[in-house]
Amino acid sequence: MAGTFIDVELTDEARDDAQLAQELEDTCPVDIFANREGRTEIVEENLDECVLCEMCVVAAPPGAVRVLKLYDDTSLER
Amino acid sequence: MRFFEYEAREIVKQAGIPVTDFGFATSADQAREIAERIDGATVIKSQVLTGGRMKAGGVQFAETVDEAAEHAEAILKLEINDHVPRGVLVDPRAELEHEYYAGVVWDGIRKQPVMLFSDMGGIDIEEVAEKHPDHVGRAHFSTLRPLSDFQAKEVIAATGVTGRPLTRITPILTRLAELFLERDMTLAEINPLGELADGSFVALDAHMDMETEARPRHKKLLEDLGVGSEETRQARESTEFELAGEEVDAMDHRGVAGNVTEFDGNLGLVIGAGGGSLTLFDAVRAHGGDPANYCEIGGNPSVRKAAGLAKLVLEKPGVDKIAVMMSIVSNTRVDIVARGVVKACLELGYDPAEKIAIFRVPGAWEEEGFKILDHYGVEYTDRSVSMHEAARRAVEKIPSSA
Repeated sequence: MAGTFIDVELTDEARDDAQLAQELEDTCPVDIFANREGRTEIVEENLDECVLCEMCVVAAPPGAVRVLKLYDDTSLER
Repeated sequence: MRFFEYEAREIVKQAGIPVTDFGFATSADQAREIAERIDGATVIKSQVLTGGRMKAGGVQFAETVDEAAEHAEAILKLEINDHVPRGVLVDPRAELEHEYYAGVVWDGIRKQPVMLFSDMGGIDIEEVAEKHPDHVGRAHFSTLRPLSDFQAKEVIAATGVTGRPLTRITPILTRLAELFLERDMTLAEINPLGELADGSFVALDAHMDMETEARPRHKKLLEDLGVGSEETRQARESTEFELAGEEVDAMDHRGVAGNVTEFDGNLGLVIGAGGGSLTLFDAVRAHGGDPANYCEIGGNPSVRKAAGLAKLVLEKPGVDKIAVMMSIVSNTRVDIVARGVVKACLELGYDPAEKIAIFRVPGAWEEEGFKILDHYGVEYTDRSVSMHEAARRAVEKIPSSA
């Protein structure tokens, strides 16, 4: 389930990457990512706290993470 | 935060200003013991954080120890303006030659403390200032530069006091001013400052009000006085609405979204930024608006906190719309506040475009904020519209407003 303003998409490959799961958990300043036994889980109640810092996008391989801004249909990705 | 008289007198005493040999009692037996120690006529005074003690019978005079205990017993049961007394102060009855007033109060307009003195003590200084302005001396003083006795002397001399009283009162007023600064007071008042037959001076009553935010700096003093951390000591008890505001602010460490004060109006306010909340509250009133609340938001609160505050205000009975207004903010993200207030509306089932009368939060990330507001059709303005104009537009949208 998306937040009101923000949603985050991960590729299946990125979601199952244990190293990336930990990196995303450590990186996100508002705890949107949680490392659950080597798998990335999105913490839905924190989605709207996203500060658009793009650190998750930078931490992940290109195309692995997309931050969607639901209010203007744009996204942060690389 | 306000102090009871017995605490204020103790603060005055600790500052080296002479006081009478008073005592604080919470029972008639304790009052009797103090009266026995005083061994003379006494005054029994109710310890309540409200005025009108004398009129309500909360101040009684006793000639004997038995009489003192009887008065204490009666006063301890006497509620004054719905305030139950904390105890009674048992004071020796002083034979006075003259009563003076000495005070220091924070002048919020000049942003400096002001020393006040009158040779007409024992009555309200406001009344003296109105009816006998030539009997009130006053002077502002710096909170940074060292305080001089001479400044106090000038204030006292302005009321016509000369000679020995002038010499003896000068260090008392100076010390009171020093105490005001040292203890982060907003009010430090001795009334009356009594002149005894031997020409000495003694503080017979004192009122102290400390900056609430300064409490942690004076932990030791508060502990010594027995003031519990749970005691707010505000002019009135917090309402449920205000307590709920505190809970919102305590949700997480990020920013501020609280300091809520309840009013009866229909325009809910989500306001803040470096004095902006006071300015905006006044602006709403100046345009005939009727605020439902005061609050402070700033320091980049989380979306959750901003939403929590907006929800609290929106759910307050009688609130028609909310106005989200701040001064220019560099440390609070506009888009985060926008998300918070829009989310509050949506979660309560309201249309943000209907419920948010105006959004005027110019500052960091405002372009992103405006995108959100555009998406939900909320009226917003940038910094080219003044806070006063924004307040006017908000008031205009409330049906019952002028």
